[in-house]
Amino acid sequence: MAGVCLIFALWQIGFETFGPLVLPAPLDALERLAHIVAVPSGLDYILITARRAFAGFLLASTVGIFFGLIAGWSNTLSLLCKPFITVALGVPPIAWIVLALLWFGGGDGTPVFTVFISTIPLIFAGALQGVRMREKELDEMAQSFHVPLLQRFWQVQAPQIVSYLFPAWATALGLSWKVVVMAELLSSTRGIGAGLAEARVNIDTAATMAWIVVIVGLLLVIEGILLNPVKDYVEGWKHAD
Amino acid sequence: MPTETAPLLSVMPSVSSETQPSVLSVSVTDHRYHPLQQTLAPCALELKKGEVVSIIGPSGCGKSTFLRIAAGLIEASAGTVTSIADRTAILFQEHRLLSWKSLLNNISFGLQGQKLSKLERMTKARTVATAMGFAEEDLIKYPSELSGGMRQRGALARAMAIEPDLLFLDEPFSALDIGRRRDLYRLVLHEVDQKQCSVLMVTHDVTEALALSDRVLIMAPDPGHFSKEYEVPLMRSERTRRNLMDLEASLLADDRIAHLFNMRNWERLV
Repeated sequence: MAGVCLIFALWQIGFETFGPLVLPAPLDALERLAHIVAVPSGLDYILITARRAFAGFLLASTVGIFFGLIAGWSNTLSLLCKPFITVALGVPPIAWIVLALLWFGGGDGTPVFTVFISTIPLIFAGALQGVRMREKELDEMAQSFHVPLLQRFWQVQAPQIVSYLFPAWATALGLSWKVVVMAELLSSTRGIGAGLAEARVNIDTAATMAWIVVIVGLLLVIEGILLNPVKDYVEGWKHAD
Repeated sequence: MPTETAPLLSVMPSVSSETQPSVLSVSVTDHRYHPLQQTLAPCALELKKGEVVSIIGPSGCGKSTFLRIAAGLIEASAGTVTSIADRTAILFQEHRLLSWKSLLNNISFGLQGQKLSKLERMTKARTVATAMGFAEEDLIKYPSELSGGMRQRGALARAMAIEPDLLFLDEPFSALDIGRRRDLYRLVLHEVDQKQCSVLMVTHDVTEALALSDRVLIMAPDPGHFSKEYEVPLMRSERTRRNLMDLEASLLADDRIAHLFNMRNWERLV
């Protein structure tokens, strides 16, 4: 909370030094923000963006984890996948947007696809690493007790995989939120990105900052209500003392 | 040197008779991890019911490999393993507890290999934990909150929970101090006496092998083979620190064995 206040303080200093065209007054931006949230279309934009980001992210999580697990269990596949991961991580999201625009046009397809394609390598690599880095000794121990395969997976392997997967998953969630706005800015007529595009056309720095506050604020909320509880749950044993 | 003359371990000796069938019989004719390097030369072992057999040898001689083959964790390149034991447990050098499970859940973990309800598993785990001397408040702790000795005792409890009739010990005591070690010796031997459990143990500690076993097999490296078999002459109840030292001396008097352990003139400390 103190950090947030500090940022607003610096913002205020910036405004007083450079004037409202470069940085609008924080209060102006907040006022604009209240205005955006108050009208139905503004709220709609936020919901549309959130829906797209989550759709892409969930799709990437499902597909990425599924194939990551499969690839992790096979030496050949994991070697085979390496160049694909490198290529997928190397292609900038902006290039995917151009391709997606050609493929999907201006609807939901472009932002969802862009989020999907730019987060899936992270999630896939996280799951793959989790499987490969697990302690083989524990597998051997479970095998010595003849613990059935399914229990072995959930109780011995899954917790180790999750501890690798989780950081990648958290990074991917943050990334999906940024990428969706970028994709919308270039391709959509609705959504937070579209709101930003509008603000740009009108050289409306107050609205721009208001949208930025929305984006960052939502990211903080997601972290607080979704990531941290999950993190506490899956990593509770690490801070047991 | 301690001058204590009281019995080292106050447990009854096991009754092993020659007529009983072997619980475990291992016959390895060849084992290699790498095609060009032989890890194990032919070596065979018979383990009777209620018998404790140790394999000692210098580090890297292949004794752990032999134990893993005997326990069915890996398969020998050539050879057979037959076991009539219903339930087999292995105690590893590291505790191998699951760090994301509480001690109680760790102890009950191995019981999942049997057809028991969750409640039965928990009850059994709790009984074993109490018998092993764990306090109620230890049971909800994670392994990271337990001391090294308690972790290894937890691993022993997990193994004992399945009531094994065949127990493999892969140097599980090597990282413990002498007091903790003695506690675990007692717990293992108690199981041997109560349930006539057979034990195959691997260790590099000659005294430990002599204190616990009925029979000691000495393994020599390059490639691993049994170079000598030594029946410990005293009943376990008669063994004391003093006469174990004599046994050790007589064992190391054999020049080949002294050479194996780099223990020529072993009376000298350095």
